[in-house]
Amino acid sequence: MDITRFHATFFEESRENIAAMEAGLLALESGGGGEDTIHVVFRAAHSIKGGSATFGFTAIADLTHLLETLLEEARSGRRQLDANAIGALLGSVDALRMLLAAAEHGDALDQAMLQQARAALDRILTGAADAKAAAPVQAAPAAAAPEAKPIGWKIDFAPERSLFLSGNDPLRMLRELGQLGELKVACRDDALPPFTELDPFEAWLAWDLELVGEIKRSAIEDTFAWVEDQCSLSIEPLMPAASAAAPAAVASAAPVAAAPPAPAPAPVSASAPAPAVAPAAANAAETTPVARHDAVETTIRVAVDKVDALINLVGELVITQAMLAQRSAELDPSLHELLLSGLDQLDRNTRDLQEAVMSVRMLPVDFAFSRFPRMVRDIATRLGKKVNLRTSGEATELDKGVIEKIVDPLVHLVRNAIDHGLETTEQRIAAGKPEAGTVSLSAVHQGGHIIIEVGDDGRGLDRDRILAKAVERGIPLPENPTDSQIWDLVFAPGFSTAEALTDLSGRGVGMDVVRKNISALGGQVEIRSRKGDGTTVSIRLPLTMAILDGMTVSVGGEVFILPLNMVIESLQPSLENIKTVAGNARVLRVREDYLPLLDLAVQYGLPAARTDSQPIAVVVESQGQRLALEVDELLGQQQVVVKNLERNYRRIPGVAGATILGDGRVALIVDAGSLPKAA
Amino acid sequence: MSTPAATKSPATALPVNAATAGEFLTFTLGSEEYGVDILKVQEIRGYDTVTRLPDAPDYIKGVINLRGTIVPVIDMRLKFRLEAKYDALTVMIVLNVADRVVGMVVDSVSDVVQLGPEQIRSMPEVGTGIDRRYLTGIGALDERMLILLDIEGLMTSTDMGLVVDEAAAKAA
Repeated sequence: MDITRFHATFFEESRENIAAMEAGLLALESGGGGEDTIHVVFRAAHSIKGGSATFGFTAIADLTHLLETLLEEARSGRRQLDANAIGALLGSVDALRMLLAAAEHGDALDQAMLQQARAALDRILTGAADAKAAAPVQAAPAAAAPEAKPIGWKIDFAPERSLFLSGNDPLRMLRELGQLGELKVACRDDALPPFTELDPFEAWLAWDLELVGEIKRSAIEDTFAWVEDQCSLSIEPLMPAASAAAPAAVASAAPVAAAPPAPAPAPVSASAPAPAVAPAAANAAETTPVARHDAVETTIRVAVDKVDALINLVGELVITQAMLAQRSAELDPSLHELLLSGLDQLDRNTRDLQEAVMSVRMLPVDFAFSRFPRMVRDIATRLGKKVNLRTSGEATELDKGVIEKIVDPLVHLVRNAIDHGLETTEQRIAAGKPEAGTVSLSAVHQGGHIIIEVGDDGRGLDRDRILAKAVERGIPLPENPTDSQIWDLVFAPGFSTAEALTDLSGRGVGMDVVRKNISALGGQVEIRSRKGDGTTVSIRLPLTMAILDGMTVSVGGEVFILPLNMVIESLQPSLENIKTVAGNARVLRVREDYLPLLDLAVQYGLPAARTDSQPIAVVVESQGQRLALEVDELLGQQQVVVKNLERNYRRIPGVAGATILGDGRVALIVDAGSLPKAA
Repeated sequence: MSTPAATKSPATALPVNAATAGEFLTFTLGSEEYGVDILKVQEIRGYDTVTRLPDAPDYIKGVINLRGTIVPVIDMRLKFRLEAKYDALTVMIVLNVADRVVGMVVDSVSDVVQLGPEQIRSMPEVGTGIDRRYLTGIGALDERMLILLDIEGLMTSTDMGLVVDEAAAKAA
């Protein structure tokens, strides 16, 4: 059997486990996590160790083994994870990530990093002896609880029949137990069917085991950790005959009957000979956001291009359906009643199908948000600031393609918020604010859009300084600018390179790039800020890039689509509102503003089909700039499936893509941002 | 890893004027008869209405919807500066070249012929409307003279305007 074909799954799972470890450790560090969180982290480390050992990635297995040892001590209450320990753990999480990348892509190993991570863990582990002595509080209750020490453990292990199917082998577990101490094994074969009915792929045997020796209960639990939810398991202390009935022992001997529905709480209560951890565990229940880990959904991994092919096909179906609807509109309703009602139903079903298929690509925003706790911690540490990260709306779903592309702008905004938005600790105290700044990340649905906001409670933007900077850079300013017009200035490309702007709350650095990236996704950015109160950058994105709401317009005999999210208004200007500048460039007066007026027919080199003197202008906003587009006719609004034009053709300035109309013809989608300004 | 480069390099590495023997789809442009490698041909269709593209030379007629794919259409007659008329019989050859789908309008499609190496002559030195690199040879078939085209090279050349020169695009 070629084991390498399971590698992809192992890497994928390990990445998830590493992410879980990181999130758990960060929660522990911020005091949010409790006993449960340690368990989650431990379990994740354990899975990685098991997997890497199976596949022969010894470097990963070795490091996780160290990690696990440390976590085990924390789990059993023998060690408090202090900032130092968590730092070391996080460091080794990074090293794990590096090792995993090395194993997966053959990247170069960063030996220094690995050594450092190992050394940090070793230091903490070898310091354990001192730590134990220094913290008798911890050790005392554990020793005090059961009067009579168990001389061993009585284990009742009955696997479910499907045990083998998950690749587990009882023999391996029994061997492992045998290494812990003296093992007495009695096999129960009463469930074994007659030989003719025996399916060798099913597990029929059960075992009564007695393990004698001074062994940690957790060591036994670890042995069964992989099969916990696939067997009935009870581990009871084996008492010396004299004091068998000690009540304390009974209490601590809660059987770990880990039936599939309730795996989580069992280990906590089971590992509780030390009463000290009980309040901590209760505490954890209300503070840790572990609930979503429990909700196990069954999923399948599918290649993205398969999903895209499906979306394309459904797009085709939608077009065909629209075509049928158009053709059938001419039919006499009384004569073709059945046909028409059938077409109505087809319409509904098609829309439902389209929605369902589109939702396949949807992922929770958490996919993007989950990297920020770590990033915020690192940046804050580096800058010596105290920062709390608050996230909300992680479950809000967004197209995978959009999520992947939104990460970079978000990283930029969060970094900006910490670096430039938040004041130093001293400044915050002086301003009467809490010592630790807050950066918030939120996502909410709003109609067909999602709004992602990055906010801070820092110093806010300084109106006067931005104005001064804009004047200095020669950026045109509106008369009596409103706040939002001023905040808009930081998106101007001229602001991006200015190093000196860093102390001007630094919002200018690269903000033009942020806006450009978000525009490319069909989104918009907006800043809200109050001096002294902080700044919020609000990003409005379409739920998916594959479908957009469009305004259909006719220009020079062709149909074009204007993405609705950039259309502000359409109007029929009178001729005296159209002026020329320097002879040929035209501007349109819309109320008090003069906007550049572009004739789309001229822009696209199409014959001017317009004969009447009353043009129609559509005011659009793109990349923070407003302009008016002259069109022949407004046709209507419709949702269109965005098709890639560059698949078979080159990029065209001023065209964002193409779509297929109800009649099967191709229509181009206008990209106002890249229209050549000089016609 | 880099499949596009890998598939492309053999085409460019071919020596000039080296049409290999095989099956060719023949079509006419004015009074001339041309042949292209049958393996590059996806299908043959009638000429539909196209959606015009801005900023395109006249021989790029526009794009059509080919079962959900947006496909650019080139009129070879205009490219070769011949007279172009469109009627119910106008034919479009849909080509599959360098991972792209391109439509090519011609006067008419004749047939598919088999040419052996002995039937292929090298291209004489004549000045033509298109780069001689893409004229790979002359096929002699009884009294017929077939001008053999490196259609993949021609369609993906920058002077065709279907693709942007990647080096130039990067510099821009």
